[in-house]
Formats: sequence, C-alpha cells, structure tokens
Amino acid sequence: MNIPSELKYTPSHEWIRVEADGSITIGITQHAQELLGDMVYVEAPAVGRSLNAGEECAVVESVKAAADVYAPVSGTVTAINSALDSSPEAINSAPYDAWIFKMQPADANAVNALLDAAAYQAVVDSEAH
Amino acid sequence: MTLKQTPLNAAHRAMGAKMVDFGGWDMPVNYGSQIDEHHQVRNDCGMFDVSHMRVVDMRGNDVRTFLQGLLANNVSKLHLTGKALYSAMLRPDGGVIDDLIVYFMREDWFRIVVNAGTADKDIAWMRAQAAIHAPKLDITDHPELAMIAVQGPNARAKVWEALPGSQALTESLIPFSAVEMGEMFIARTGYTGEDGFEIMLPAKAAPFFWGILAEKGVKPIGLGARDTLRLEAGMNLYGQDMDETVNPLEAGLAWTIDLISPRDFVGKAALLANPPTQKLIGLILQDRGVLRGHQVVHTAHGTGEITSGSFSPTLNQSIALARVPKEVAIGDSVQVAIRDKMLTAKVVKYPFARNGKVVVHS
Repeated sequence: MNIPSELKYTPSHEWIRVEADGSITIGITQHAQELLGDMVYVEAPAVGRSLNAGEECAVVESVKAAADVYAPVSGTVTAINSALDSSPEAINSAPYDAWIFKMQPADANAVNALLDAAAYQAVVDSEAH
Repeated sequence: MTLKQTPLNAAHRAMGAKMVDFGGWDMPVNYGSQIDEHHQVRNDCGMFDVSHMRVVDMRGNDVRTFLQGLLANNVSKLHLTGKALYSAMLRPDGGVIDDLIVYFMREDWFRIVVNAGTADKDIAWMRAQAAIHAPKLDITDHPELAMIAVQGPNARAKVWEALPGSQALTESLIPFSAVEMGEMFIARTGYTGEDGFEIMLPAKAAPFFWGILAEKGVKPIGLGARDTLRLEAGMNLYGQDMDETVNPLEAGLAWTIDLISPRDFVGKAALLANPPTQKLIGLILQDRGVLRGHQVVHTAHGTGEITSGSFSPTLNQSIALARVPKEVAIGDSVQVAIRDKMLTAKVVKYPFARNGKVVVHS
C-alpha cells in the first residue's frame, strides 16, 4: 500500500499536502481509489466556498459507486483541479498527483491534528479485518 | 456467514481478482480495471465465472404441458433440440418470481437456468406447482455444475481453440440454442449483447477449462463489467429492474409474455386485469454525472424511478433503465434528481450497444 510519509491523512481516506504558503491540497488515497474502482466523474466544490471540518464538499464517482469527499479542516476553497473533468481516471493511475481541490485553512495548526502515514496505515489495516 | 464459493474461486484469486460478497457468493468484481474488461468483451472476448447460477432439469412425459402453465412465455415455440427461450416465471398476482432460460432437449426433458439469488425459491415454487399439476415430474437441480460464459466477437473462435472437437459441433449452432458435448453443455447465449457461449460443465473440470481458455489468451471478466455490458445491451437484471412486486409489462418484458394464445399460465389473469400504467425506457444523461438505481425521474407525465444506472464505457456517458409513466415518449427530455441537483436526461429506446457498436444516439 502506497502511503507517502510526507502527507497527512483522514480516517475517511483523504490525503492532505501542506504547501509552502500554508494552503493545503486534498485528494483521495491509493486505498480509497482501489476500493472504488474505475473513476468516471468528479464533482469538486465551488471556489470560494467556506467549509467546516468534516463537511461533505466533493463527490467522486466510479463505475461502481459514488463516494463523498470531506473537508479535512475548516477553511475556504481556493482552487479545483479541472483536469479531472476530462480525465477522472487520473485518480486511479496517480492518486497522489490527481488532487481534487485546495483550501486555505482557517487555522494553520488544524492540519497538525490530522493522521500521519503510520496512523493512516493503521486505519487501512483495521478495515481489512 | 461463510460465503459460498464456485469451483473457480482459487483461480480468481490467483489472477488477482478483487472478490466481493455477491448475494452470499464470494465472486470476482474485477481483476483490475472494470472499464478495460468491458472494452475487452466488446472488442475481443472475455470469460466470466457464472457458476453461481443454477441449472434445473425437468424430466417427465408431461413436462411441456407443465411448463406451458408455469412460464409466461410459451414453450410451444420450442421444437428444435437445444433451442432456448427466455421467460419470466410469475406469481399468481403477476409479480416476477424470476427470469430464466429454458432449453428444449427432448420431449421428456427441458433444462432451465435460473438466477443464483432466487434459485432455492424458484425450485420450491416449481416443486409446489408440480405437486398440483404434474406430480410425476422429476425436478432435479445441479449445483455441482459450473458455468463459464465466453463472450465477445472472438469468443466462439477461442472456445473452438480451447476445446478440441467443439467447432464441428457448434459452428452451425444458431443463436439462442445449445448442444451437449460429453459432460458439457454448450449454449450460444449470453448476457452481454455480444456473440459467444455459455458452457455448463462438471465443477471438477471447470478450473482446467478456465486455465486452457486463459492460455489461449481469453481474459477473465468480473461481475462489474458483466453489469455494464448487460445494461448497455438493455437486458434486465432480476432484483433491480423487476422483482416480485413488479408487473412484468412495466419492466420491458412484454415481448416475452404470451397473452395472445388461449393457453393459461400462472399470473395471466392478473396481467389481463391490471393493464400497465408505467413502462421501462432507456435514459442517456446529457449533463455530467452518473445515473444510479433509485434516483427519481421527473417527467411531464409524473415521476418515475431509475431501476439500473451506471456509466457506459461504450457510449462514454451515463445511461440507465427507468420505469416511468407510460405516456413518456422516446425523445422526451426528463430531469433526474442526483443529490442536490436536477440533471437532464434524454429518453431513448434501448438497447444502447450491441455487437461492439453503439446502437442509440443522444
């Protein structure tokens, strides 16, 4: 299982990369895309939308199922990856490159409370049982 | 609960299948990419393990008469040895107990293939009806038979390569008919909208035959692609497009129900007494998104519901089957409620794709 150590994670299978300017980039993990299978549609949140931590804000749909994506922390949407409109399958082939949206966190320290790679690995392991 | 396994369970795992609980069976949903598997079948061929389906043999002198009363389609159409007929089996109130394929083998032997999830209930119903109408009839199911479907434009040629002697026996087999070959039963049927065979064989022989097909380059296809292939082909799925609560005339099954001949069958009186007010139609989504079962369809004539919806790899758009008021017409524009949005879909006559080609356009 590919779980890059430089990223943060949520128990709901989002990955979060903290950028140099303090903004964060969000996608779904290798494990999540494997569970969902071939991705065919991504609905990203509107740029400028204000989100609370844990709020449903995007949807990824595979041939098989639709899954919600949750805001990892509170903040404002600053960008979306419109390349996924025409190639949602990028989430399958390169889940840690195919980001879905970016946020400016309301509290820069909030990301510190997210899971690190080891803790997320434990979440994945516990689901296997 | 322990999941039931087909004789090919170990083979699926060895081929990297992702296994899921499919109605109590441990079955492969895909072996990698479901979309690639779908295209593989439309463009070349692939093989499916459908051993969870059940074969039921009915033997006795009165089997034809019995089936004329049991099934909504008319087995009097069957005279050629091996010829198959698709039929619904109905409750007295017209609800669909199951859909099935019945093969005429001999005047005292018909073979029926039923769905996995309904097999036990089907056989109980068949036996209860036989107890009344044909007490001497022998009804024997064959859970020991495996079933492998090989489907796609190159499917027959691959089976001929894999199974010496099969070409001479099956090359002239007309669609929707079957022939016995030793302990195997080879039917030119399927659930994909492509040419090919469904092959029943003893469970102990199944892994070997599966392996030979793989050696000949036939790719394994999971139940995920099986569902998108049958949806594109406009074929009903029991439990989604119809069930015991659904009038088959509202499920696109009118073509299989013989209401013309004077023959009586279980459910006929109820169908005649309850003319359909809805019908099954095809939808192609015009906006971005994915149609799914149970989404509500808003039409100019009232609301309906999607019974099966998915992304169509062949059309590269989302498609669905939906039950809507019968006044809805082909070409109408309807609205489908998806989460907090209303998206536009166009009403089409299905099937959507067959024999590798898109056959309907939005």
